[in-house]
Amino acid sequence: MSFEETRIKTLWDIPKEEHFVGGHSLCAGCTASTIVRHLLKVAGRNTIVVNATGCVEVSTTSFPYTAWRVPWLHVAFENAGAVASGVESAIKAMKAKGMIPFEKEINVIALAGDGGSFDIGFQALSGLMERGHKVMFVIYDNEAYMNTGIQRSGATPFGAWTTTTPVTRRIRGEWRTKKDMFDIAIAHGLDYVATANPAYPVDMDVKFQKGLNTDGPSLVHVIMPCTTGWRFEPRYGITIAKLATETAVWINMEYDRGNFSVTVPVRKRKHVREYLKLQGRYSHLSDLEIELIQQQIDRKVEEINRRAGKEVIGPLEA
Amino acid sequence: MKEFKSWKDYPIGGIISEPGSTLELDVSGWRNERPQIDQEKCIRCRICWIFCPDAAIIEEEKPYTTKTGKSYRLTYSVDYVHCKGCGICAQECPAKAIQMIPEV
Amino acid sequence: MTAVIERRKEMKALSTNKAVAEAVKDSDVDVVAAYPITPQTTVVERIAELIGEGQLEAEIIHVESEHSALSAVIGASAVGARVFTATASQGLALMHEVLHITSGLRLPVVMSVAMRSLSAPISIFNDHSDVMNQRDSGWIMIFASTAQEAYDSIIQAYRIAENPEVLLPVMVTYDGYLMSHTIEPVEVLGKYVSEEYIPKKQTWNVLDPDKPITMGTITSPDYYYEFKYSQAVALEGSLPHIIKADEDFRKLYGRGYGVVDSYRLEDAEIAVLATSSYYINLKYAVDEVRKRGIKAGAIKLRVYRPFPREQLYSMIKGLSALGVIDRSVSFGMTPSGPIALDIMSSYRYRDAPPVQSFIAGLGQRRMLIEDFVKIFEILEKRAATNSISEKSIFYGVKGVEL
Repeated sequence: MSFEETRIKTLWDIPKEEHFVGGHSLCAGCTASTIVRHLLKVAGRNTIVVNATGCVEVSTTSFPYTAWRVPWLHVAFENAGAVASGVESAIKAMKAKGMIPFEKEINVIALAGDGGSFDIGFQALSGLMERGHKVMFVIYDNEAYMNTGIQRSGATPFGAWTTTTPVTRRIRGEWRTKKDMFDIAIAHGLDYVATANPAYPVDMDVKFQKGLNTDGPSLVHVIMPCTTGWRFEPRYGITIAKLATETAVWINMEYDRGNFSVTVPVRKRKHVREYLKLQGRYSHLSDLEIELIQQQIDRKVEEINRRAGKEVIGPLEA
Repeated sequence: MKEFKSWKDYPIGGIISEPGSTLELDVSGWRNERPQIDQEKCIRCRICWIFCPDAAIIEEEKPYTTKTGKSYRLTYSVDYVHCKGCGICAQECPAKAIQMIPEV
Repeated sequence: MTAVIERRKEMKALSTNKAVAEAVKDSDVDVVAAYPITPQTTVVERIAELIGEGQLEAEIIHVESEHSALSAVIGASAVGARVFTATASQGLALMHEVLHITSGLRLPVVMSVAMRSLSAPISIFNDHSDVMNQRDSGWIMIFASTAQEAYDSIIQAYRIAENPEVLLPVMVTYDGYLMSHTIEPVEVLGKYVSEEYIPKKQTWNVLDPDKPITMGTITSPDYYYEFKYSQAVALEGSLPHIIKADEDFRKLYGRGYGVVDSYRLEDAEIAVLATSSYYINLKYAVDEVRKRGIKAGAIKLRVYRPFPREQLYSMIKGLSALGVIDRSVSFGMTPSGPIALDIMSSYRYRDAPPVQSFIAGLGQRRMLIEDFVKIFEILEKRAATNSISEKSIFYGVKGVEL
């Protein structure tokens, strides 16, 4: 079947089978599990997952119980890219030698949080992307080291409180801006790079499909609201994710073989205050600081619109 | 918890060979509130099933006709063994058909 | 019935690095991942050539670090591929974390190490600091003394590692430069070895979508301890399988090494133990000191982990003194030689000779046959005067009186 025939178009096209089941010990309301559920629905059973150390890893494979119904491997924190490279190369070599049937298609997915991709996992990820392994690298980005108790990472956005960027007399949350993983991946020469958001499941799932369909490495970077680290009630995870896109804090976009596009255009943007006010990690921000963040977003939106060649993200609501 | 009486019973390398075995675990004790789906109000939009982090919304081919005469092919219910009561389903339900009831 | 395999042995002039590459080819390895580091590099260069020439059908992963090299072969081994990596020195140190994970996952990874000193200061030359730092990582460790032995040991390593009774990673080590870049005659066996001696069988747990397993799990205090205990049992229990692999190899190809070896030990009163290439010079030194009337012998430790306690004991028990040459320092410990320490603690409750620890050759400080002769003389004198010292003798350090 062609890609267009299998492409997910509505919520009703999302496969029913669960390859990532309940009973795990991720927090109530953890959006990482929503993301991983969808990832495996799209990938299906012929998939091998390589997981970096992180929340998902520790909470879903506590011996002797596993939430995974596909083969799954964890080695360490910083090396998911390298381990997945080995898995992919082995499949290739073993197919060439007849040890695995040639026609058997096996998806290889590397799954890591922002620590396992932006920071400690960055080198192995870069190696994976540069060498051209057919692996989809999926980042679930909760913007700090949540597994160890909310420490700042290279993905922590400006202004966010974490335990290592505390709100004190001399420090008022993170004072640097988030690393741009999307363009870093593109700079490696990848054919497919996307950002996604679980509040837009069809858009996210199509991106997983496209990533898996890429003949080489692909990267899908997914925003993952964290009830524990972002300080909000468990029920708000998807609401906050949606607000991230509605305020253009998070832009759902893709780079598909040279073509850049914003896949979820926003006609009128909400003020970033709407996004920030639901999260305890931003509760210390003054109006002035919020305006500063708004200005950062305005600049980003301008840049994205220029890149898209038209206004895909609209102006602020009056 | 699964019991292993001797080190000899442990799988080599710490592997787990029963896929999806966390389904054997009951996480209902995590809940402060339980979601309750009002079958009359439910519009069968699949949103709760889509977003549930714990795959704890059950989607079944079970016809249902409301008192006002609307017929549906599907029925949504909650797997209360694996629901942690996060409330995402209730929060996201466009028909406001899910209520969170405090656990006693 | 088995097909007729063409058995064609061939003599080649090879450095140990090239011999190792040849063994990787003859073992029909599927995936190789390595990062360049002196003095290991030519192993992987040669493997790349062999793949390029079509002599070996394998995937080579040009990883961006040694940490990733071992990680990548873990991934490949977990799918069921026969894998190989090679490193030295800082590269092995960088792998440290992953070494423990490899043995914990019980994957049959084989690695060669062209032994080299550790920084700082930087030295690209030989000693055993890199390997000795990893002795508690749960790997089987084999020291090869010649290029031939390195070639044979790599092939034996796959037989050992993939044995379902073992399932542990194996490290084959040899001296950087002294061996890695020194050309020796090597009889290579050709690819029939991989069908005859190490046929491919999936003896370990693999990631297969038709039979999904979860590998690399997290454990609570209720479970962790037993896994480490079973690893300890497996490593200790691997010794007879290592011996058997060597015996089977000898039956087929006429060469075997044992787990320990000795020279002129039958009537020896004192002996010196060494590993890898030092053993060769030690044997010449034995001949020399025997001419001077010292009843000396030489002992080689080939398998270091698991420690061949009984085999070594049967060699040393009748001696009046044993010298042990280490090429690394256990800083802050007396004596300072890891192997000397191992021997002393192994036989502390038995009737065993006093051990004089020697440290030598750090950073490849030159050791000639006459230096080994001197070591025998020191040992003989100390044994005769009852002055074996608890402290290691740092042989050859400028300004240190012997």
